[in-house]
Amino acid sequence: MVDNVIAVRDIGKAFAGVQALDGITLEIAPGEIHCLAGENGSGKSTLIKVMSGVHAPDTGTIELNGKTFSKLSPIEAISNGVQVIYQDFSVFPNLTVMENLALNAELAAHRTFVSWKRMRAVAEEAIAKINFTIDLDEKVGQLSVAQKQLVAISRALMSDAKLIIMDEPTTALTKREVDALFAIILDLKARGIATLFVSHKLDEVFEISERFTIIRNGKSVITCLPEELDHATFSHHMTGREFDDDHFVPEHVSEEPILETRGLGVDGAFADVDLTLRKGEILGITGLLGSGRTELALSLFGSKPADSGKILINGEVVEVGSVRAAIAHGIGYVPEDRLTEGLFLERSINSNIVISEIDSFVSKFGALDQRKADAEGQRWVDELKIATPNPANPVNTLSGGNQQRIVLAKWLATHPKILILNGPTVGVDIGSKHDIHRILRTLASEGLGVIIISDDIPEVIQNCNRVMAMNAGRIVAEIDPRRTTESELAELMSKDPSTIDGKG
Amino acid sequence: MAKLVRKLTKSNEFYLLLVIIAVSIVIQLRSGQFFSANNLVDLANAMVVPGIFAVGAFMVLVAGGIDVSFPALASLSVYATTRVLVDAGYTGGVWLPFLMVIVVGAILGAFNGLFTSRFVVPVLIITLGTASVFSGVMQGVFKSVQIPNLPQGMSDFGRSTLFVATNPESGLTSNMPVAFLILVAVVAVAFVVMRYTTFGRGLYAIGGDESAAARAGFKVRKIKFWLFVIVGIIASLAGLVRTSMMDQMHPTNLLGMELMVIAAVVLGGASITGGTGTLTGTMLGTLLIVIVQNSMILVGIPTFWQGFALGTLILVGTGISAVQLTRSRKRAPALVQG
Repeated sequence: MVDNVIAVRDIGKAFAGVQALDGITLEIAPGEIHCLAGENGSGKSTLIKVMSGVHAPDTGTIELNGKTFSKLSPIEAISNGVQVIYQDFSVFPNLTVMENLALNAELAAHRTFVSWKRMRAVAEEAIAKINFTIDLDEKVGQLSVAQKQLVAISRALMSDAKLIIMDEPTTALTKREVDALFAIILDLKARGIATLFVSHKLDEVFEISERFTIIRNGKSVITCLPEELDHATFSHHMTGREFDDDHFVPEHVSEEPILETRGLGVDGAFADVDLTLRKGEILGITGLLGSGRTELALSLFGSKPADSGKILINGEVVEVGSVRAAIAHGIGYVPEDRLTEGLFLERSINSNIVISEIDSFVSKFGALDQRKADAEGQRWVDELKIATPNPANPVNTLSGGNQQRIVLAKWLATHPKILILNGPTVGVDIGSKHDIHRILRTLASEGLGVIIISDDIPEVIQNCNRVMAMNAGRIVAEIDPRRTTESELAELMSKDPSTIDGKG
Repeated sequence: MAKLVRKLTKSNEFYLLLVIIAVSIVIQLRSGQFFSANNLVDLANAMVVPGIFAVGAFMVLVAGGIDVSFPALASLSVYATTRVLVDAGYTGGVWLPFLMVIVVGAILGAFNGLFTSRFVVPVLIITLGTASVFSGVMQGVFKSVQIPNLPQGMSDFGRSTLFVATNPESGLTSNMPVAFLILVAVVAVAFVVMRYTTFGRGLYAIGGDESAAARAGFKVRKIKFWLFVIVGIIASLAGLVRTSMMDQMHPTNLLGMELMVIAAVVLGGASITGGTGTLTGTMLGTLLIVIVQNSMILVGIPTFWQGFALGTLILVGTGISAVQLTRSRKRAPALVQG
């Protein structure tokens, strides 16, 4: 193999006695597009920080440009061509595009005084490299996410980068923006610049990565070519557990629909939505950001009441004009952004679980029966296998997957008949994701009507018995997931809306 | 030209200047005394101490913290200096007191810097603590009392004037103190530091996003440490100027000034959350507060309305910048629209 741009060997790093990295080895060749995958907490971020000089490793060496380091300073990493683009892009929102681009160079040159003229020249050159046009005097805080990412990439390229590390680069981007990003990466590859993707999702980076390294619990599990990986082996390497890639087949589907909508619409969001949901079913609704999927969920749950059309529950027309009304009709909703919409992060696990049914723990004297409420909380912690030493701990002590289970528990505690989940596994690691899917399947087979709203295509294909694709505010197709491939569904979701008639 | 106008109307300083002009005109119309030579010199005189303090408070605010310890720090370093010199019977020039407060101020600032750069605790909390430590040391260790007679050099410096302005109508005179040059020098140096050094840009970067600053290669701890050393020196200079101009050392005279100074800086457009603000704004904010404090008497408003007027100013001033912020957020390209 040709000389590596970077090689880390036998890296070990412990924090307060916890071994975050243990004998990690990773080599990246010039121009290679490499993917580093691992679950949350597997040590990915620690490894990036070691490679970029933020953390000094306890053991092991880092080879850069033919030099061997036992530890690296951020400046040494940068001057040897290692650049990191963090998930938050590490930009200064309060400074102009120009300063964001040029400050690093001023620092790298160990200057005491900055020259605004020199900074402008440097910044102009930087954006020219990727043909990016933008007002250099604009504050970065005013830019869109994709523009911020381009600022970060331009900045990374300035200092003669040989390796660009991108931490979860596609998470906040639309499909079109991801394609634009990949085009830039391929252009970099042509110039011999290597890219290291850090991700915990296979689909995001599969099409572009040339090699994968998967780590788990701080140890390298495997380094392999993409041909050697599929969803099952990828999940297995990430979690060390076996998962079956089966499809959900409902056991007892009721004759009568539990939930129906007829011509449901919210002005400016979606229109003419007809759907039916039977007990025991898991119905998937998928679509891109802005397709109206979230608004549909919110209107079913009464927090964005429909402007037109009808909602029927058990065959009867009902008004779902408020969240309270929705709960009264047996509808539960697990929101997309559980951190802001669904949980009181500072409060205890127990109180979060029982909050929606708090009325049922009030004694006839009007006082809260704390013991009864705690018992209920404990029951759900056991049932959903929420990993916590003590249900009285605040929710923010838990991992994303466990937090999501609490949101689930909270709604299950209200004994809903219909459960709507919006992006149930966003930001959740693979292991917890499978657990949540298993829980949902069990719930459906116990007679609940479940709707999963998600843009995670494998998720809806595997876990739903019917899937409806939304595009530009309309349901454009209903498919049978056992007879549809992921790419066919993706196509339905991303078809240009103008080719679909009657756009509202 | 159009770009300049747009830039102007977006800037906080521009509106602040309009307010200052409006207030000045109102006072002039009511009293006829505002634009008299001696009133203007009085204002300049009154700006010196809060102005120097404001520079320090501004620098800390840019880096994302609120320092409330500077009056206590200044009191302690000036008290210690004066005590030592008076006890030693020092009769020389003012250079030695300056040198001593700079050294003591730097040491006390380093004490602040040590804590703020090592611990992830808000600067406000740390400086609340160190402020008590500073005044405790002053009152406990030095058993501080009023020192009525300053060393000759300090007294002379406090009395020295650049020129005297006389009001032709009333015959009242006002002295322009030499100490005004200290304010000018501190502002000039701070301006260069904030705009043209990597240290100054680092303060803005840290105030914008501290972890991004660390990743960009700024030595965040070091910058924070030296920031507080510098602020300690600036505050001590202000304290020495105040003491010399009063011609006596009154240990608790400065205490309680912090809120007025921080208010002036925030009024000048520096954001409480850090990362924004200019020295021009800081000076304008200080000027506005000084005008309101000094000139209410000219207009014949009872002094107990001062607090009310200051509070209103702060609410209006921060309110305007909040409105501007929300407006610019709305204008920003929406990321995703449902």
